[in-house]
Amino acid sequence: MTVAERQLESTRQPDPDVSLPVIAPHQSFAGVTDQISSAVLTTKTPIPWFVAFAFALCLVGVFVCAITWIFAKGVGVFGIEIPVAWGFAITNFVWWIGIGHAGTLISAFLLLLNQSWRSSINRFAEAMTIFAVMCAGMFPLLHLGRPWLFYWLLPYPNTMTIQPQFRSPLVWDVFAVSTYFTVSLLFWYLGMIPDLGTLRDRAKSTFARFVYGVLSWGWRGSNGHWRLHETASLLLAGLATPLVLSVHTVVSFDFTIAILPGWHSTIFPPYFVAGAIFSGFAMVLVLAIPIRAVYGLQNLLTERHLNNCAKLMLATGLIVAYTYLIEPFTAWYSGDQFEMYMVHNRAVGPHAWTYWGVIFCNVVVPQLLWFRKMRITPKPLFWISIAILYGMWLERYMIIITALHRDFVPSSWSNFIATLWDNLALYGSIGMFLFLFMLFIRFLPMISMYEVRTLLPFSGIHGASQK
Amino acid sequence: MSAAVQLYGVVAEFEDPTPLVDAARAARAQGYNKVEAYTPYPVEALADILESKKSLPLIVLIGGILGFLTAWSMEYYIAVIDYPTNIGGRPLNSWPSFIVIMFELTILFASIFAFFGMLALCGLPMPHHPMFNLRRFDHASADHFFLCIEARDPLFETGAATELLNRFEPLQVWTVDDD
Repeated sequence: MTVAERQLESTRQPDPDVSLPVIAPHQSFAGVTDQISSAVLTTKTPIPWFVAFAFALCLVGVFVCAITWIFAKGVGVFGIEIPVAWGFAITNFVWWIGIGHAGTLISAFLLLLNQSWRSSINRFAEAMTIFAVMCAGMFPLLHLGRPWLFYWLLPYPNTMTIQPQFRSPLVWDVFAVSTYFTVSLLFWYLGMIPDLGTLRDRAKSTFARFVYGVLSWGWRGSNGHWRLHETASLLLAGLATPLVLSVHTVVSFDFTIAILPGWHSTIFPPYFVAGAIFSGFAMVLVLAIPIRAVYGLQNLLTERHLNNCAKLMLATGLIVAYTYLIEPFTAWYSGDQFEMYMVHNRAVGPHAWTYWGVIFCNVVVPQLLWFRKMRITPKPLFWISIAILYGMWLERYMIIITALHRDFVPSSWSNFIATLWDNLALYGSIGMFLFLFMLFIRFLPMISMYEVRTLLPFSGIHGASQK
Repeated sequence: MSAAVQLYGVVAEFEDPTPLVDAARAARAQGYNKVEAYTPYPVEALADILESKKSLPLIVLIGGILGFLTAWSMEYYIAVIDYPTNIGGRPLNSWPSFIVIMFELTILFASIFAFFGMLALCGLPMPHHPMFNLRRFDHASADHFFLCIEARDPLFETGAATELLNRFEPLQVWTVDDD
């Protein structure tokens, strides 16, 4: 029996506490390498990829039109006016940046916690983070009024002799989001270097070999390289873990530091972080479920992954539900008439549909995830995730609009009605996200090959067992 | 210097990690110091057998401290010296509101140092390396395991090194040229 046959024969010992294996049995090093790298190096791209890419490209066109119009006409084309100065743009910003959080959670938290199942989903979850943060970053800039002066946000010596105000959470946000983007990008790229080396070694065309060769920096996979790579990954995970918690906390400071009823609340940081992870896992599933079907990756993205992501979604969803419960309680307990009115206005005011929509999508629908059948069956899980993504967008919209449009003095009340350009910018950003993601799965290894190899049963030559 | 091509080392190719680890242990036991393994994924057992650089955490710590100091001095300079603004009579040096940016820049600098520190310690970027002269080396990033006893080791002698590696039943033992 050859080694390759022996590898195929061997199966991983089932985990005692879980009935679903992390990856399917009967796989070899060569097999998983082929399977993952062939999605990139093949000349036969699956038809659904072209369909999704064309769809995304159309939406990117829409986005370009919307941005051009906003640049030409100014933010007046949005539905915003005083007192509702934050409309779709900030809603979209908070929503997108929240989606990014699941990627870092999977790559950093779960690495530190030694959760081996993360290995086959971390790569594309991190890619999702980077593209989501890119989409998020566009909206505050588009919302600036004069987007071409965005660099005024940063401290630099200038002829106007003015500087940013470091007591403002909006300036904190600039630093938090740009740090988050940079660290996520470094982490993602660091993890990809060994796999880019694999692509370099397997590419047939000289051009592809050259490009992947440059991108892999000359990676050789020597023991010295691997040790440093592991140390760097662990250190970056340790740095990214508090970072990811800080990012949505700082985003929530944008709200809580204002004195507006509905915003001015100490529960916001954990509420926002839980909501971020909730929506992020929904996006991971929305991406993973079609990908595993189209690329036939059921052996690597197993029911175990669906099950675990769904459980995390349920847990964070319950934290979010708890916050929905505590908000009216705090308002009632405070005895503050403005707080109580805000709760009342949310439930029965002109935007009541958003409140009930949020309750339905974020509290009622996720309860289906208590059933194991729902957690491991792709189709219902996909639609539950879509509902959660929609619900989480609606939640941010509700927080922004219902708090702003009726604050203290009724004479300053107003309403918010989204315009066509509000909508086009939102759909356009979804297009940009999909567009970038499609390019990623076509040109970069979407599953971490070297980490999947360590999951194979015969890779288990660990120091402890040898001694 | 002779005109002939210098030898980089003797390399054995394995299909399994187990004989690779045994061979590496045996080579170290025989006193070879310049031994390097090339594997498709990090093989944990090699950590205690082969030498590797350990200074990355220190580099990251220095990066983090630099980031913290950068943020603190920038915020202090701008808020107190360069552009003082009286906001509700609060002190100019309102350090509690400076914490967030200090934290962010600490993480940012530490991460950048971690990434580029790793590359620098790995000696990357290095577009060419003698190991790439080995035709079958593309398997090292996919499914096979390579162990190299390098010629610059003072104990190195081609025949003895080959014999040592052959004891562990590799697929093949090659000599790799330096260039």
